[in-house]
Formats: sequence, structure tokens, C-alpha cells
Amino acid sequence: MDVGGLSEAALWGAVILSGIYHGVNPGMGWPLAVSAALMEQRGLALLRAFGLLALGHFLAMLAILLPFSLMIVLVQWQIEIRVVAGATVIAMGLYLLINRKHPRILARVHPARLALWSFLAAMAHGAGLMLVPIFLGLCAIDPAETGHLAAQSLMAGNLPTALWVAVAHTAAMTLAGGSVALAIYLWLGLKFLSRTWFNLDLAWAMSLVLVGAFGITSALGHG
Amino acid sequence: MNLRPDPTFHASPKLAMQAPVENYAFTVMLSPDGSQSDGIAVIDLQPDSKTYGEIVHQVIVPYKGDEFHHFGWNACSSSLSPLSGHAFLERRYLIVPGIRSSRIYIIDVKEPLEAKIHKIIEPEEVFEKTGYSRPHTIHCGPEGIYVSTLGGGGEDGTDGPPGIFIMDCETFEIIGRYEMDRGKQDKHYDFWWNLPQDYMVSSEWGLPPQFEGGIVPEDLLSNKYGHSIHFWDLRARKNIQTMDFGDNYQMALEIRPAHDPTKSYGFCGVVVDTTNLQGAIFTWWRDDDGTWQSKKTITIDPRPEEADNLPDLLKGFGAVPPLVTDIDLSLDDRFLYVACWGLGEMHQYDVTDPMNPKLAGKVELGGIARGTKHPNGNGFAYGPQMVEISRDGKRVYWTNSLYSSWDDQFYPGDSGGQMVMANVGADGGLKLDPDFYVDFPKGYRSHQIRLEGGDCSTDSFCYPSV
Repeated sequence: MDVGGLSEAALWGAVILSGIYHGVNPGMGWPLAVSAALMEQRGLALLRAFGLLALGHFLAMLAILLPFSLMIVLVQWQIEIRVVAGATVIAMGLYLLINRKHPRILARVHPARLALWSFLAAMAHGAGLMLVPIFLGLCAIDPAETGHLAAQSLMAGNLPTALWVAVAHTAAMTLAGGSVALAIYLWLGLKFLSRTWFNLDLAWAMSLVLVGAFGITSALGHG
Repeated sequence: MNLRPDPTFHASPKLAMQAPVENYAFTVMLSPDGSQSDGIAVIDLQPDSKTYGEIVHQVIVPYKGDEFHHFGWNACSSSLSPLSGHAFLERRYLIVPGIRSSRIYIIDVKEPLEAKIHKIIEPEEVFEKTGYSRPHTIHCGPEGIYVSTLGGGGEDGTDGPPGIFIMDCETFEIIGRYEMDRGKQDKHYDFWWNLPQDYMVSSEWGLPPQFEGGIVPEDLLSNKYGHSIHFWDLRARKNIQTMDFGDNYQMALEIRPAHDPTKSYGFCGVVVDTTNLQGAIFTWWRDDDGTWQSKKTITIDPRPEEADNLPDLLKGFGAVPPLVTDIDLSLDDRFLYVACWGLGEMHQYDVTDPMNPKLAGKVELGGIARGTKHPNGNGFAYGPQMVEISRDGKRVYWTNSLYSSWDDQFYPGDSGGQMVMANVGADGGLKLDPDFYVDFPKGYRSHQIRLEGGDCSTDSFCYPSV
């Protein structure tokens, strides 16, 4: 099945790619894993820290994807939903473009509460929203089929998709971010922490706009 | 906003020590009687430069009577904490408060030789948004710029306790008070923290009526200045423990936590023990069950002196108290420098074992009833006071004024501002550099020093030295 010119495989590819993108972004927390390992002076702390970061990220993905997976039950509205979702993602991107201040709430979290921090960081930066258009693409139903499918079976299909999208994305994020953290901890040294740290704020906001635009065009193209 | 972290942000103290050395110092110029405007002097520290050791630029402010004292950066190595997500700030602005006027100047020092005022925050804004007055210590941290204050509300700053307020680190808007639960804290002076371990420590001087017009001998002898330090849950903004050193430990001032964030200890200097006129350093630490402890680990004795040689304030005691007014810890947590402003001495202690400091070096300069001259033959007014250590730990800079009205009580008749530098031996030891001696313009005194790119009392590190 093609969605807006993109195959299902390409959409899954996008889920993985976005995971790698989020993982290497220091804003999603890999430096905290380096810090944990150095503070405790053992490598295991790095894995534990990244586990907590991954958990927070995973929950943030679910928190955004699940409501959309339920909404898509309204099959006859699916194009409208996808357009509105795309517009929301664009709006978040524009908001981050205009408001370049960092969310202060993140600075109030205790440094040991990594899962909570990771959840809030992902929410504040719209990390989950970035997945929505891709996810809705994966859930897209051919208009010809809509008549035959009961709400229940739709939901039965979409919930696991949401789960798998979140799992695949978080796995990629963990692998990518964990590798950066591990490389710095084991081989490269702390000097590379600031050297590999790029300001992705602008690129991040633009990505949201692009993904949102993709969501809208593919929805309309599909309709 | 930069695309990369500011090159002067360092993940660990060790990386900061390996960074390029300082080229410039920024030092307070204060007019003690308010007859001139205060300012920041930019001093050339490049030994190869023709203007080495000279004031190469001055930022003089438009108002008079601010009384500059301490100041700090808009951003430091703490920005590399991913928790707060401020990695792309620039270390560019000095936040310079007037402790008499409560006015705050934001000075842009991106080009040190063209440093200029970027913004002025008027006292009314500080009063309105915080209920505090007399801003003092600056640190950049998780929620922005933290500013400690010495006074509460009202004309004389005694309407409510002083505390800390937070400023936005980009717009310099005052956000509001820091404290959510201040516990017993009712006076304020210095504060610092350990960011990954999430604790803050604050200290006490006295309330404005106890210092603005000069030291109040009756208050000192009845132990009414501050003698406690407070431990805070930094992010919860809550006082978790108040530690009283004892009534006689008057004026617990500078807080110097170990720079390496894996360590849970630090130091606090006490100006004078009223039972014996000693100066004291306490080591504080967190024990295994999470309770904070402290122990007096350094004492410095007073020097007997004939009453005739002493200022009126001290005649009755027949001795010169050391007056420990500033301390500073090198980035490797190895040497603690202790300014004995009364004696006219700078001490260097090896604090590799923080519970057992050992005197490693000493320089005599100035001092009550002694007035030791600089090796270049010039005088040094007052005594060694605000001290700052280079990042690599090899050079120690200091100035001479404590506080306008107090200078005149302890050193009646003295005047002038000087900044000097001492070289540190490979294994300790301290020797004044005869070629570095900055004499401040007539009518100006000097106080805190900040080094370009950060120093040992500004930067907070989020990753350990390994």
C-alpha cells in the first residue's frame, strides 16, 4: 500500500530514522547517561540511566500516539484528522521556531529522576508529535475499505501499530543515543561531549514543520 | 545563540584546567564615598603584551553610589548540563549588582577592550519583583541566573528576610524569588551548589544596618552577625538543614564546595571567633545517612600588637585579628586560599585531605599595623582580600578592599586600590610576582576579580574529573 507516495516500508524507515535523530540529540538526554556513569564510576550506571531515559521517551511517544490511534476509529473523518494532526505538528514547529526559550520546568526535575525528565523533555520538544504523521500514514485506510471495517477491528489494528511505532522508535533512539554515550564514556572522553554537541533547535523545529507538511499532503493526496 | 557550546564551557574541572589561560581580568572599581561612578576595569593579563598588568579599558556606569562588590557571568560551564538545556548560551555578559543602590548592570564583555553596558535593571524592579534588596553573589544555574541578596524589603532592608532571586539568563528579566521553604534562614551572604547532587549551601553576613554604616562593635561582641550555613534541596527550593557553627563564629561568609561533582564536601570561612579573635575555616560534608556535618579544620591566630598601633576599634583587644574575609578553592580541589585581611597575609592550604588541611604557602602584604610592601617597593593598602585563582591553578590574583565603610574602620587613613598576582609552585608555595601590580585610578578601590573565560569561583561543573 502506498501512502502519499511512500510505501509502508519507507514509513517504518522514517520511524527508525526519527528514533536515531532523537537519540543523538543531546536534548533528549544522552549526556545524562555519560554523567551517571562518571558520577558512579561504573559503566553499568550508563545502561541503567539510558534505560530510564528510554522508558520516559517511550511513555511520551505513547502519550501522544494512543489518543490518535483511538481517534482514527472515526474512519470517515480520517482525512480531516490527519490534516488537523499535520497542522498541529506544524504549529508546534513554528512555536519552537518563534519561542527559542527552553522550558524551565525541565530545570526543576531532580537529576536522578531520569524517566520523568526524559518524558517531560520529549513532550516539551514535541518529540512524540514528530511521529504522528508517520503513524497516521501507517494507519491509513483505503477509502474503499472503510465501509467494511468495524470500529473494533480498526482499533484492534491501530493500537498495536501505535505500540510498535513507539517500540521501534524508542529502540532506535536508545541504540543511537546509547552508542554516543558509550563511545564518549569508553573511548572518546569528556572533551567530545561539548565537541559533538550541536545546536539542533532550529533543525528540530524545521523537522516538525516538514513532517507536519508531509502529513497534510499525504492525507490530501490519499483522499 | 551559538551553534556549538561556548568554548569556555567545560564538562569537568579537569578540562577547564587544561583550557587556554586567561587573557584579561575584570575587576571592580568602586568609589568609596560615591563621589565618582563605579565601574569595571579590564586588565591585560598577557605577559607578552606591552600593556601587561595595566588597566586597558574601563566601563564606568552613569550613576553614582552603587557600591560594586561581587559579580558574575550570565552563563558558565553549568550550561553543559543537559537537564536545563542551555548549552548554546554565550559566556558574554557580566552581571554587576550595586550592593548599596540595588541597581544591576548587565555588561557585555564579548570584546573585552570594547566592553559596554548592555542593560540596566533599576532598583525599583528588584524591589517590586522580589521584595529583596542589595543584590550580591551571582551564579548561573539550572533555572537561569541566581542572585543572592543581603537585604529584605523596606528602606533599611529589614522588612522580611533577604534571599535569592532568579533572573532569565537571556533576557535578564527578573523572574522572582527562589525560596519555597526557607526554614530558619533569616540572613544571607554567599551561596553555591553541586548541580548533579542537587544541593545548595548558603551563608550569612548580617542585615544591612549591621554593615552599611560600618561594622557595629556591640553587635559583633554580642554575636549578632550570622553564624549558620543552610543546606538546600536545590531544585525543590527547600532548606533541608540549618547548621549553626556556634554563636561565637561571627560572619560565616564564603561557601566553596569541591569543584568535582562526585564529592560531597566543601569549606566555609568564618571572619572572626569572638572568644579568641581567631579566623576559622570549617569543612562541611554529607555523611552516609545524608545528614550534613561540619568541623573546624583551620584556625588562624591573631597577632599581639600594642594598642597605640591599632585602630580605635581594636585598641581594647591588643591584637590584630586575622579577619578571614575571602577563601577560594583551586579547580583540582587541592589548594584552598585564605585571605587574612587583618593580618595582611594570603595563606595557601593543601586540602587534598579536606579534614586535615596543611599550610603550604604564605605571602605577607599590607596588614593592620604592619603594612608589608610589595616586592616592587610599592605599598599595598589594607590587606589581601578578594582572591581569584586562574583555571590552571598556577596564578593567584587578589585585591585589597573589603567594604567601603569597613576599610575605614580597620585601616583609618589608608586609601587606594591595588591588584597583585602570586605564582604557585608545582607542589604548593606562593610567591608574589614583582612585575604584576595594578594601581587603581585615584579615588577608586578594588574588589572582586573575574577572569575571562571563567575562574575558580564562577563555574559549576556537571561531570567529574576523570
